[in-house]
Amino acid sequence: MQVPAPFDYERATSVEHALSLLERLGPEARLIAGGHSLLPMMKLRLAAPEHLVDINDLHELDYIREEAGELRIGALARHRELLESELLGRRFPIFHDAERVIADPLVRNRGTIGGALCQADPSEDLSAACAAAHARLVIRGLGGERVVEMADFHRGPYETAVGPSEILAEIRLPLREAAGSAYEKVERRTGDWAVAAAGVCVWMSDGAIADVGVGLAAVGSSAVHCARAEEVLRGERPSEELFDAAADLAAADCSPAADQRGPVEYKRHLAGELTRRALRRAVARALG
Amino acid sequence: MATAEQPVLGYGRMKRKEDPRFVRGKGRYVDDVSLPGMLHGAVLRSPLAHARILSIDTSAALQHPKVHAVITGRDLEAQKLAWAPTLSADVQAVLALDKVCFQGQEVAFVVADDHYSARDALELIDVEYEPLPAVVDPRKALDPDAPVIREDIEGKSDNHIFDWEAGDRDATDAVFERAEVVVAQDMIYPRIHPAPMETCGCVADFDAVEGKLTLWCTTQAPHAHRTLYALVAGLPEHKIRVISPDIGGGFGNKVGIYPGYVCSVVTSIVTGRPVKWMEDRTENLTSTAFARDYVMRGEIAATRDGKIQAVRVRVLADHGAFNATAQPSKYPAGFFHIFTGSYDLEAAHCRVTGVYTNKAPGGVAYRCSFRVTEAAYAIERMVDVLADELGVDPAELRMRNLIRPEQFPYRSKTGWVYDSGDYEPALRMALEMAGYDRLREEQGERRERGELMGIGVSFFTETVGAGPRRDMDIVGLGMADGADLRVHPTGKAVLGISVQTQGQGHETTFAQIVAEELGIPAEDVQVVHGDTDETPFGLGTYGSRSTPVSGAAAAVVARKVREKARLIAAAMLEASPADLEWEKGRWYVKGDPEQGKTIQEIAMGAHGTVELPEGVEGGLEAQTVYNPSNLTFPFGAYVCVVDVDPGTGQVKVRRFVAVDDCGTRINPMIVEGQIHGGLAEGVGIALMELIAFDEDGNCLNGSFMDYLIPTAKEVPNFELGATVTPSPHHPIGAKGVGESPTVGSPPAIVNAVIDALEPFGVRHVDMPLTPARVWAAMQGHTEPPA
Repeated sequence: MQVPAPFDYERATSVEHALSLLERLGPEARLIAGGHSLLPMMKLRLAAPEHLVDINDLHELDYIREEAGELRIGALARHRELLESELLGRRFPIFHDAERVIADPLVRNRGTIGGALCQADPSEDLSAACAAAHARLVIRGLGGERVVEMADFHRGPYETAVGPSEILAEIRLPLREAAGSAYEKVERRTGDWAVAAAGVCVWMSDGAIADVGVGLAAVGSSAVHCARAEEVLRGERPSEELFDAAADLAAADCSPAADQRGPVEYKRHLAGELTRRALRRAVARALG
Repeated sequence: MATAEQPVLGYGRMKRKEDPRFVRGKGRYVDDVSLPGMLHGAVLRSPLAHARILSIDTSAALQHPKVHAVITGRDLEAQKLAWAPTLSADVQAVLALDKVCFQGQEVAFVVADDHYSARDALELIDVEYEPLPAVVDPRKALDPDAPVIREDIEGKSDNHIFDWEAGDRDATDAVFERAEVVVAQDMIYPRIHPAPMETCGCVADFDAVEGKLTLWCTTQAPHAHRTLYALVAGLPEHKIRVISPDIGGGFGNKVGIYPGYVCSVVTSIVTGRPVKWMEDRTENLTSTAFARDYVMRGEIAATRDGKIQAVRVRVLADHGAFNATAQPSKYPAGFFHIFTGSYDLEAAHCRVTGVYTNKAPGGVAYRCSFRVTEAAYAIERMVDVLADELGVDPAELRMRNLIRPEQFPYRSKTGWVYDSGDYEPALRMALEMAGYDRLREEQGERRERGELMGIGVSFFTETVGAGPRRDMDIVGLGMADGADLRVHPTGKAVLGISVQTQGQGHETTFAQIVAEELGIPAEDVQVVHGDTDETPFGLGTYGSRSTPVSGAAAAVVARKVREKARLIAAAMLEASPADLEWEKGRWYVKGDPEQGKTIQEIAMGAHGTVELPEGVEGGLEAQTVYNPSNLTFPFGAYVCVVDVDPGTGQVKVRRFVAVDDCGTRINPMIVEGQIHGGLAEGVGIALMELIAFDEDGNCLNGSFMDYLIPTAKEVPNFELGATVTPSPHHPIGAKGVGESPTVGSPPAIVNAVIDALEPFGVRHVDMPLTPARVWAAMQGHTEPPA
């Protein structure tokens, strides 16, 4: 049995309590929610935080609701809740696509969207989905809250805009009409991290792509937001040629690294191929 | 199907007797053993693949308030225990002395009050290493400038372990020289790991008053372990009790003796307290016995019309840092010389070279009988390569070359005597079940649409059930197995066997063997196994040995009891034994069936007051040691259907048809369960499993995040068929089946994927066939039809 190094444990009763614990305990404290990234790292002794602040009782952060023209997801919402949310599936099928291929039911029962985004693993799926959905993220500190664009959230592998005494509180997805979205992933085996994955959200108007988001996972130091691919799609009528052009740009603009999941050339190919497939499905869903 | 109302009196489907405790969470595994005062051990392992140890400072760890002892190689050296013999006439460092030879090698052992403290204390041990260049690729191990790994072996100046050959080289070369068609194929059976769900571990409890060691251990061979501890550590053998309780999968991983076991025994003696040591997953994957790692070049000679004439194979075998592979002593490459497979050849030859590398030691038979898996893969891939060369359907090519039924017993060109076989009906059944012709039509239609569908066929012959003892031993212990059977006065029986289940269902199958022979309910037979104080000596469960060897012992001992019962029945019936006839469960007087005694009545008589004839002792029991006269040769025909995504290289196994012939089926449900498990493992081996290293010898697959084993999502609903060709020399005609599916399925799956890639001109891709590898194979070749 792999066992972690010694640590102290605190259980927060409110967001304010969690924030004050973080403030008091300093940089060697870590928040723990589902724990499906942090605990394995601790057991392998790759991470050895001195304090854990357990936020699993912060039910105030556990919700998925429509509010002020946005779909708002509390950071403590579990993967399983995202997968079971009819509202989320109807407005952003990309999240249901992604959740079906994230890890396994055991992980999805416990893991949270906030934990997934804050872990900032370059291969993490919800980050790419949020990039495609043009999500905005609410970060709270003792001094108040601030809202960050998804494109500014990740600062590199395992690094985010969330400060040491802050907490990611909410994910906001702007709701617009004539939307369609999809997520495509290649994995070596069910439950494995992506070899590469692509998420696409489109918003149609008069038969053309009024706006679009393209996000990639596992092909960069963090989730890749494909601005050039989005640019070439925006305002155009969907066609295979158009998708090819966007796919080429997605492949060109990512920066995969070779590892056991595959060489750079293959991952770059997948970035394009999966972008093309996600575009087809997203547009079909928007028009369907 | 058996029900409570219909007890199973022998062979047939019957729910497993051991399952109630497993499904209720009442199994008792090594890690469930908890003794008063028990301490917990942990191993400090080398972070480097090859390095000199300059110093080890354990003082800080010893000062940890919960630490009781820290031992190093130097401490063991004083007791002459720093090196332990391997199963292959080599030695392995229990704890490293002057250098480490693989990443994960054992360097120090800590015992503490609890597992957490033992792990914490590992971080307090300071080891100073001087890194050395590592030998990672076996193809470079014999380079003149390769670093010498085994400096502990006197006079060793290279990394060569052995050369071994089988077959007739000259005769084979002669056939190749005049052959119309010769094809060659390089292929690698990569390093993989048995990865049992339960990792390895033990609880060592040395009783200083009695001078007795009790060792609960995850072992597939408790008796062999006991004898080895006696021989190596000098403990008297009768004062060693090895208990192998419920075991969560073995697959060959639990055959050997690991350093952690030895350290646990030593520290139990030193501290006077029981010591538990259980590996974590990383330790299991990175330091215990791996499997395969064969670099092979196969060549096949044939006539233009598809008659296979000769095969030759050259193998480079990576055995890691210590030669700890588990093979019968005479066979350093195991039974690899079964590589001629199921085909009638004129000549064959193989040559295997074993080398050391800076990788974990092993080379065990992972769910296979001593390198049969590598051999079956080599021949079944080569036959497909030949079919491709000749433009002949691969199923048809196999059909033309199968050994014919009248040729059995068949003496192979590498020295085996195949006991029995009837191959063609098995292959025909598999093709019919699959709808082979229709599948080929569908494949053509799909190819026209640019879809990649593949159909793979394999036909394998296994050689399982080692001995005979004159030919086969492990470290000098002959490969035979004992059994003893005691029938209690009320007719309930206890069967003691020398083999040990790790999930195979021995407690049911062996009870059914006795039930069949004595005609009593299988429920009335308790099978005792896994405890050396309670069971007769034998070599253990691996290489599909249990049914061929120990199952035979169970049948023989039951027949001995039956014969004794005849004498007692004769006394009870006041008849001559020669005048009695047997029907299932009962001896009766010839011509007067009313006059008879059941086994239960005889058992009571044997323990009662019946006047026994001269020379017949009371009681109803017997014992035996079964020494097989030959191995058994199960075989099978497998058909796999895959779909490959042309855009991503992902492989989906759509269907898998498996026709197995394992001779007599004692419990068809258990046989089918074994086949399901092995096929699932075959999917993993073919598509995803790999123990890989970087150029410095760092293992890249030290957790289940990186070492992928298949899930229910990757395996199809298996379609099983059976033919039955009983073994002529086995008492009940059974042949063993646990390993057939792992042997036969990887080539069927790979053949299917290669078949799918035919439009790209692909002839071979090495396992595992990950999406990246499949996609790479498609590049730079012909485009598939649009």
